[in-house]
Amino acid sequence: MDVEKIREDFPILERMVNGKKIAYLDNGATSQKPRQVIDAIVRYYSEYNANVHRGVHKLSEESTVAYEDARRKVAEFINASEEEIIFVKNASEALNLVMYSYGMKNITHTSRITISIAEHHSNFVPWQVLAERKKAKLEFLDVDAEGGLVGLENASGSDIISLVHASNVLGTINDAQKICKVAHEGGGISVIDGSQSIPHMPIDVKKMGCDFFAFTGHKMLAPTGIGVLYGKKELLEKMEPFLYGGDMIIEVKKEGSKWNNLPYKFEAGTPNIEGAIGLGAAVDYLNKIGMEEIRKHEIELLSYALGKLKDEVTIYGPLDARKRTGLIAFNVPGVHPHDVATILDEDGIEIRSGHHCAQPLHDRLGLESSARASFYLYNTKEEVDRLVDGIKKVKRVFA
Amino acid sequence: MSIEYERIVHIWKNPPNRGEMKDADFVAEGANPICGDKVKVFLKIKDGKVVDASFTGEGCAISIASASLLLDYLKGKKVEEIENVGREKVMELLELDLSKNPSRLKCALLPLMAIKSEKRK
Repeated sequence: MDVEKIREDFPILERMVNGKKIAYLDNGATSQKPRQVIDAIVRYYSEYNANVHRGVHKLSEESTVAYEDARRKVAEFINASEEEIIFVKNASEALNLVMYSYGMKNITHTSRITISIAEHHSNFVPWQVLAERKKAKLEFLDVDAEGGLVGLENASGSDIISLVHASNVLGTINDAQKICKVAHEGGGISVIDGSQSIPHMPIDVKKMGCDFFAFTGHKMLAPTGIGVLYGKKELLEKMEPFLYGGDMIIEVKKEGSKWNNLPYKFEAGTPNIEGAIGLGAAVDYLNKIGMEEIRKHEIELLSYALGKLKDEVTIYGPLDARKRTGLIAFNVPGVHPHDVATILDEDGIEIRSGHHCAQPLHDRLGLESSARASFYLYNTKEEVDRLVDGIKKVKRVFA
Repeated sequence: MSIEYERIVHIWKNPPNRGEMKDADFVAEGANPICGDKVKVFLKIKDGKVVDASFTGEGCAISIASASLLLDYLKGKKVEEIENVGREKVMELLELDLSKNPSRLKCALLPLMAIKSEKRK
């Protein structure tokens, strides 16, 4: 994998911030986009912009083919079938779809829902609301000092187990296959939030055995506003639509309407066509590099960064790079993460600071907030060095 | 590092007006859930004027420096005048232009917003 060559595909990496070349280390929030993705979107608008599934004219046929081609690419990318791929706007919407369409129908006051304390708000709040509305029991798996899930076996018997695949703060990669096994053995279903895993490692939903897998496109080189819900066909078929309106129907009469087939039943209204096409191009790009290669590169970067940072800052989550996705959350003792981020920004080093939409986890760790550096395929050891130097500077300034 | 930010960090290290006021006439609390900044402001008011002010709280350098500088500024001002204090004044006190940094501007405005929203109650 030639990182220098990859970097040439990302125009934004040439950008200067405060007179310094940018070191973009906020990929956990959103990734940058390669020229191939940007060009695909420009091409769509310059050459064949038209609504999908509606016209018989040339442009509409072309845009429909491109939109459905993107669905096929995504399906192949995670080893699913095309009718199991529902385009949504982001992971939050994907999880809301499961909550409303599956949860509202199947959860009652005798049900148990299990999530973990390390969930992103997107996989926390929907289940909290569902449990409140249905008077169901909501249980939380804890995390240990290494960031691993505690007592997964106890979740057996839950009607829904919805867990993050890779934590956006601890970085921990959970054993999704085991989660799904526990869910199924107890007679429940499994929902996996893959937002922080799919950009960084190969995903096979069949092998994983999950019932639902939710992710967003913008963290994996695609534009914002496009996400995916994978759902097992047998479950999706039994579910009611989440949103009603155009394109999700086969027939509308005064007396009532009939729903469209999968996956269109769940895609009401004109979809995000440019987003889907962009996501398709992103998948092509990732496939060209190879997900195994990307994972290898990130493990190398992570090991390097963990080694350099462990004596400088407090690191949360596992210290073994192989147990982590490409991010490191940390604190510089005595310094607010916002100040860390602002001082790093002065040198063009872009990291995240705050609670990363994981407030319950920060409460659990006894923290208000943390700083986070997150890596991707275009990041280099030199950028890690700049991060470490920047942190040393923070410590000097605030000493 | 910019001179302006250095000044903020300098104030943060030993912020004037920090401390609890037992006999305050006005107490306001504010929090910024995004970053966990928390501030509590105490005002001593006599004849409609702020005669003393202090704060407690934890937060980033900007929010702490902002509380320090804002309270200095408010001392001697009429209570009604607080309503006219806005973001421009806060940036002026901090000597930082945060008009293009909406997230950091929130940190800076936390103490002022806490006072204003308590006043409107």
